[in-house]
Amino acid sequence: MRYDSLVDSVGQTPLVGLPRLSPSADVRLWAKLEDHNPTGSIKDRAALFMIDAAEKDGLLSPGATIIEPTSGNTGISLAMVARQRGYSLVCVMPENTSIERRQLLEMWGASIVFSAAAGGSNEAVRVAKGIAAEHPDWVMLYQYGNAANTRAHYETTAPEILADLPSITHFVAGLGTTGTLMGCGRFLREHVPGIEIIAAEPRYGELVYGLRNLDEGFVPELYDASVLTARFSVGPAEALLRTRELVEQEGIFAGISSGAILHAALGAATKAVEAGVRADIAFIVADGGWKYLSTGAYGGTLEEAAARLEGQLWA
Amino acid sequence: MAIEVRIPTILRTYTGGEKAVAGDGGTLADVLVDLDSRHPGLRDRIVDDKGLRRFVNVYVNDEDVRFMGGLETAVKDGDTVTVLPAVAGG
Repeated sequence: MRYDSLVDSVGQTPLVGLPRLSPSADVRLWAKLEDHNPTGSIKDRAALFMIDAAEKDGLLSPGATIIEPTSGNTGISLAMVARQRGYSLVCVMPENTSIERRQLLEMWGASIVFSAAAGGSNEAVRVAKGIAAEHPDWVMLYQYGNAANTRAHYETTAPEILADLPSITHFVAGLGTTGTLMGCGRFLREHVPGIEIIAAEPRYGELVYGLRNLDEGFVPELYDASVLTARFSVGPAEALLRTRELVEQEGIFAGISSGAILHAALGAATKAVEAGVRADIAFIVADGGWKYLSTGAYGGTLEEAAARLEGQLWA
Repeated sequence: MAIEVRIPTILRTYTGGEKAVAGDGGTLADVLVDLDSRHPGLRDRIVDDKGLRRFVNVYVNDEDVRFMGGLETAVKDGDTVTVLPAVAGG
């Protein structure tokens, strides 16, 4: 396929079947390979939509500076688009993220402000809001509350999935900003009666939940629980097991959060088999494994790999 | 056997530093009342008069109870209840 520029090639990713991990001919799993996007993650969709919307609304003018709290992938996508469009980008990122994320951000020209590991992305959001207040001319796109994030998935990701898999019965994705699940969930509910919309939420080590008190918890403004039908917490051991199964049995080299998503998808598959009903379960492979090689996720025993993830923001 | 309840770091002041405590009851609400009898004040940090507090997530065997029966979610011996603060991703 031919495109005028790199950003024009965002989306239209493949949906591939999992012949070995699917339990039967009637209960099938399908992976939406979002690592095929320009920077290698699903966040390219949200980044492009948020920048387009900000330009349309007159918030961004040539030479503007964008600031964004991110655990990495959204920042990398924003950095790629921002450079094409002539904006500067400042990312506020927790220090307990993989080295590759930092390298990629710097390669695409972003500058990084590190936030403390304790508190994870919650702390990055808090720090970014503080910096934005000190620089009123900077633009915070704020992926957690930006409707263009959800709209990217409502207008692109979900229609692509439905076109490729009209018989879809379940949609499974990761829960971070909630943009993917809100956008895809709303679109698919409008077109597929009875569809199940399932969230897989990464469960990190204790450091990440190290809040000073419970009132400092964080629920993204985009989140609407009524879009979901179930929500599962998936720990690093299960996420790593499934990440490895994905590459060993199906050849798909995915990031660790995709293993967590597959874990929830396999749970739905097991339930369908037990109930004796047909199921076509589409799940998101949010990114490839490249950015997580340094975490040791793909080598040694699962116990060793899980221990190495302790305290890391692995999704 | 009982129900294992995993406590987040910030609530361990109520459990003498224990990461997990044992509880009994037929529903999540019963278990929280049972826990509060030995760990006074813990229940109030998880629920208020409207139900589960906004920034607290509770999972039974890794499934979010808000999509099950809420506080009336049935639990049985051998189940694991996990309490976690809400965090962001992205």
